[in-house]
Amino acid sequence: MDILTLFVVVPVLTVFALIFTKDLKQSRVVALIGMAVQLAMSINLVFAYLKERAVNDSIMVFTKDVMWFEKFNIHYSIGVDSISVLMIVLTSIIVFAGIFISWKINDLPKEFFISLIVLSTGVFGFFISVDLFTMFVFYEIAVIPMYLLIGIWGSGPKEDSAMKLTLMLMGASALLSVGIFGIYYNSGADGGPLTFNLLEIAQVNIPLEAQKLFFPLVFVGFAVLGALFPFHTWSPSGHASAPTAVSMLHAGVLMKLGGYGVFRVAMYLLPEGALHWNDFFLVLATIGVVYGGMGAIMQKDLKYINAYASVSHLGLVLFALLMINKVSWTGAIIQSLSHGLLTALFFALIGMVYGRTHTRDIAKLGGLMKILPFIGAVYVITGLAYLGLPGFSGFVAEMNIFVGAFQHDDTFRRILTVFVVSSIVVTAVYILRMIGKIMMGPLDYPKGVEMPTAAWYEKVGLVILMIPVVLIGVMPFGITEMIKESIQPFLERLL
Amino acid sequence: MDWNSLLLMRYELGLLALILLLVIFEIFSGKKQKGSLINFSILLFAIFTAIGFIPLEEGSIFGGMFRTNDMLHFFKGTLNVGVLILLLQSADWLKDKVVDQNKSTEFIVLLFSSLLGMYFMISAGDFLMFYIGLELATLPVAALVAYETLKRDSAEAGVKYILSSALASGTAIFGISLLYATTGTIYFDAFADVISISNLSILGLVFFISGLGFKISLVPFHFWTADVYEGAPIPVASYLSVISKGAAVIILLIIMFTVMRPLMPVWNKIFYMVIIATMAIGNLFALRQKNMKRFLAFSSIAQAGFILLGFMSVDTLGVTTIIYFVAIYIFSNLGAFGVVQSISNATGRESMDDYKGLYRTNPKLSLIMMLALFSLAGIPPLAGFFGKFFLYAAAASKGYYFLVFIGVVMATISLYYYLLVVKKMFLAKNDETSIPYFESRPLMKIGLIIASIGILVVGLYSPLYDYIYNISSSFLNL
Repeated sequence: MDILTLFVVVPVLTVFALIFTKDLKQSRVVALIGMAVQLAMSINLVFAYLKERAVNDSIMVFTKDVMWFEKFNIHYSIGVDSISVLMIVLTSIIVFAGIFISWKINDLPKEFFISLIVLSTGVFGFFISVDLFTMFVFYEIAVIPMYLLIGIWGSGPKEDSAMKLTLMLMGASALLSVGIFGIYYNSGADGGPLTFNLLEIAQVNIPLEAQKLFFPLVFVGFAVLGALFPFHTWSPSGHASAPTAVSMLHAGVLMKLGGYGVFRVAMYLLPEGALHWNDFFLVLATIGVVYGGMGAIMQKDLKYINAYASVSHLGLVLFALLMINKVSWTGAIIQSLSHGLLTALFFALIGMVYGRTHTRDIAKLGGLMKILPFIGAVYVITGLAYLGLPGFSGFVAEMNIFVGAFQHDDTFRRILTVFVVSSIVVTAVYILRMIGKIMMGPLDYPKGVEMPTAAWYEKVGLVILMIPVVLIGVMPFGITEMIKESIQPFLERLL
Repeated sequence: MDWNSLLLMRYELGLLALILLLVIFEIFSGKKQKGSLINFSILLFAIFTAIGFIPLEEGSIFGGMFRTNDMLHFFKGTLNVGVLILLLQSADWLKDKVVDQNKSTEFIVLLFSSLLGMYFMISAGDFLMFYIGLELATLPVAALVAYETLKRDSAEAGVKYILSSALASGTAIFGISLLYATTGTIYFDAFADVISISNLSILGLVFFISGLGFKISLVPFHFWTADVYEGAPIPVASYLSVISKGAAVIILLIIMFTVMRPLMPVWNKIFYMVIIATMAIGNLFALRQKNMKRFLAFSSIAQAGFILLGFMSVDTLGVTTIIYFVAIYIFSNLGAFGVVQSISNATGRESMDDYKGLYRTNPKLSLIMMLALFSLAGIPPLAGFFGKFFLYAAAASKGYYFLVFIGVVMATISLYYYLLVVKKMFLAKNDETSIPYFESRPLMKIGLIIASIGILVVGLYSPLYDYIYNISSSFLNL
């Protein structure tokens, strides 16, 4: 079996193994083993990729193609470039850490891990797909377990949040499917056979009218998952209600499917449509960045703060993608990675704080650093990385995005860029205020409340997420080079 | 005509023999043997179903009144599988409720008679045979709907069904007579050559579509559906929504794609509106249903709207996607009805609120229900996703993107009410009013397992699609 298909096979096997587990202890160990294998494979994939890339300069490597529905020319077609490789690594890290964070899930543990891993199967499958149909199948597989994950194991108004999230995302995928049909039935515009294969469609000149019509459908279809304003409303309530590991996985990975899809499908296959609609969506993305930041300032609930911060930071990804140049695109990809790790860290930490204090209201929290030193320290580091302190991944990402955005010298983009850059300040406001309020200050809890320090599995989970944040921040060159190489063919379609 | 050509009617003759055999057994069996007679008849039908998959020659007899080919053959086989699952699921109900009244296979005989009517309807080569088949398929069902004679709802549903279907048959035959007036023939083959667009033929077409639209419960001919489903015994509701509807879709497909093809510009416009209306009404009314049978009734109206999307593409793609979807729909809907049946057998409860916390008491049943509902909603990797995606593809291939857009929006709405049931089963905690744990009986288990396998496998297994594609392309060349 080839190196990529294994990324789908291993989670599926893990799910089968989980069906036969009896209790929490067994199921978490099985899930952990499965995802440890997955993590090892993804690290191996990075080296295998670098080796293969040195001798192979096609857009996608490790490609494999199996005919599926012959009459529609649907293939199970897979392949990766550096961007998908990095996304796969990110996903494995977050799922792996997520299992540690859910170490003590009490209610229906087996079903929890099954849903979580089914979700991750969808995500892995999505990142390795080169065929639009296969990609779409995996996209929907990734969305639907969210309903159960939030609905069963969530907190607060979980049923409504789960329903809202699922319907908005499935609605988005409905738009996407119309867009996919539009692309598919125009893929024979040059006289060739109709195809779902991304790389083959990219060789075809899809008529301008069709591009203009279908670009918004495909773009919005993906960007809803990336919390594009005004379609972001599922995100805060969904994240706030979701259990910790699910928030991590969802904000960390699933929302990245949006940016990835925009980059890989919408802008690559419909370049003229992208240029036509560029200004419009650029404005929406900018509003999202600023609005998300403002929203975060107004919130009192830790999870809501982080959810709105995600809207803001993922708006930045879409903004950077729409800026269409090499530097900003590199920034967009790194921002996806960096935000994935940092937001997962945040949600993990919030989960730990909530598990001890049973509140997420910042007005009721204070002085946690004194009793939870490890969690407190990681919280501060994460916060600083999130607001773009040099030495961490956030800085590398935002620097690239802003430098890229400033390369455009027309007034329209300048103004938008200025707005977006100002979001750095807004980010600093809500991050510093939050940290100051809950970590510093007087500790006003009754003495009797038990407040255990971080357990080993929590520490492991946090450290696993911390390592790549620092790695990207301290030595970004390797990754930047990898990404730049891979975005070149995609960028050429738009210039 | 030699005796060999009668072999073309293998299905019909076999089923007829089965019916007669059961009638004789019924007469000569004592009260104690009634229960095992039900098992025996299911066994016989299973063998009959298996034999049905042996390939058959193509051809027509009785001067073209009756014809058969690979596609019709395949579809009869599919209907048989559906009926087999249905019988397995309803066996327990029959044993519990019916054997006491000193009857057993009466239900099955009526069911088979209706199935026989569908065979004739599907294989019809002229409008006369078609009409006879239609009546034969309808009348036994009216008796079945009113089968629980002591229940007021059931009797009411029976009357409702027989009145509306009589009206529908009358409408259809009036349409046929108008069409006959324009062409002077009732044979399908000759019909297609001479029919052309004229006021009279359009009028006939509209009446004809109305008559069949009743069987498929298209909007605006759907009013009987929810009441009849609610009043009828669950196996009958299941039969109406799965087998009867599937057969009616196929005969509509055959007539529209071959006989009425010259009128395509006209009926395409009609279908365009009917599709939107059916999807919208079905979905919006399903949102507020509390009774599982009514809920599935509106869900099946909405599904009929999706099936019609395939009619927008009058070529091999359209035929294939419709047959493929109907096959998938049979498995998915039987999965859902099977669970409802199983719970109703054990506890007599049919309200959606009763399903509260079902996963914690009956996890397997809830999982099958979830699979079935997700398949109906079109969630990958279940079969329903592939069926729906290809139906959209069929409509999109002719440029009906707006229709596809409406379709996907409606599919999202449908996801909402399917999720409502999932929410009751999985999200809600169980309490003392919830359905307690019970063990389904073996035949029911087999029925549910076959349906679940169908839901899981039919979509992913692409050679099936290719097979249907090949047989339907040869069908269109007829």
